[in-house]
Amino acid sequence: MSNPEGTAPVLLRGLAALLAAALGAAIAWALVTLPPSSGLRDAVAAQIPASGVAHPVTAVLLNFRGYDTLLEVAVLLLALIATWSLRLARPPAGRNSPGLVLQDLVRLLVPLLIVLAGYLLWLGAHAPGGAFQAGALLAGAGVLLTLVEGRPLGPLAPAVLRGLAALGVAVFLAVALLVMGGGRLLEYPRGQAGLLILLIEAASTVSIGLALAYLFRGDEPAPPEHRR
Amino acid sequence: MDAAGSLTLGIIDGLIALAIIALAFGATAMRDLFAGVVLFIAMGLFMALAWVRLDAPDLALAEAGIGAGLAGALLLAAVRRLAGPAHPEGIGDDEQP
Repeated sequence: MSNPEGTAPVLLRGLAALLAAALGAAIAWALVTLPPSSGLRDAVAAQIPASGVAHPVTAVLLNFRGYDTLLEVAVLLLALIATWSLRLARPPAGRNSPGLVLQDLVRLLVPLLIVLAGYLLWLGAHAPGGAFQAGALLAGAGVLLTLVEGRPLGPLAPAVLRGLAALGVAVFLAVALLVMGGGRLLEYPRGQAGLLILLIEAASTVSIGLALAYLFRGDEPAPPEHRR
Repeated sequence: MDAAGSLTLGIIDGLIALAIIALAFGATAMRDLFAGVVLFIAMGLFMALAWVRLDAPDLALAEAGIGAGLAGALLLAAVRRLAGPAHPEGIGDDEQP
């Protein structure tokens, strides 16, 4: 850490490499010597009919372990709030004007990405897909819009943006609390699990997409007169 | 599956694993931050292929979209901000907040 290139001394780097190699070897050994097991696959497969969805991953994420997913969506919201609190962040697009090709490409791609996000969201009930993947597509659209317009959702008021960012956690929590009649959080009533999961996933998709897109942009949405 | 088919798949799996390790090493060892981020994105795409081969398409979608795509975009934006006002192309804002 003293030489001009800003790198650590050779001895320290060698030690770090040795430790990393030892850790890697230990993990590989643990993996190879794992006893053969199907894990929880059979238990999940047995409960699929009661979960409201047909795809085991979605059943685990939104039903059996819905609590984990709720916390994941909340963590993403917290990250966004923390980023918005760092007022020094400036938009990466700056003043470089996007070319005509990029503008036209974005005009074609963004509607397509939105449709695809809806498709993935719907598909999540019985095939690989779901809220995070759909949200990532929406965020991709948001990043493209940021590159062209400077912000993902320019015309919307900041209060609306903040509401949309919190929508996923809000709907998730509301559903979790409303179905608490049986005494436990997120224990869906029989027969309505599919609908409730779709509702949660739809709200989460919007919030995840918005959060990821605004993490790329980096600063808080503020009305134009307050900026600069 | 016949022997030739599984041999081909084995070779493909081995190449994917090697590519992931090589790209991971390159991403961390690169002097140029931009080149490092590009290698990181490439590593994410190979990771997505690995998840597909491990029969985990859900993870593959998430890895390609979030791990490679959005994390890559975030890192590129961070590199551009790190370059600061002195950046030759003037991409970053050079005015004070």
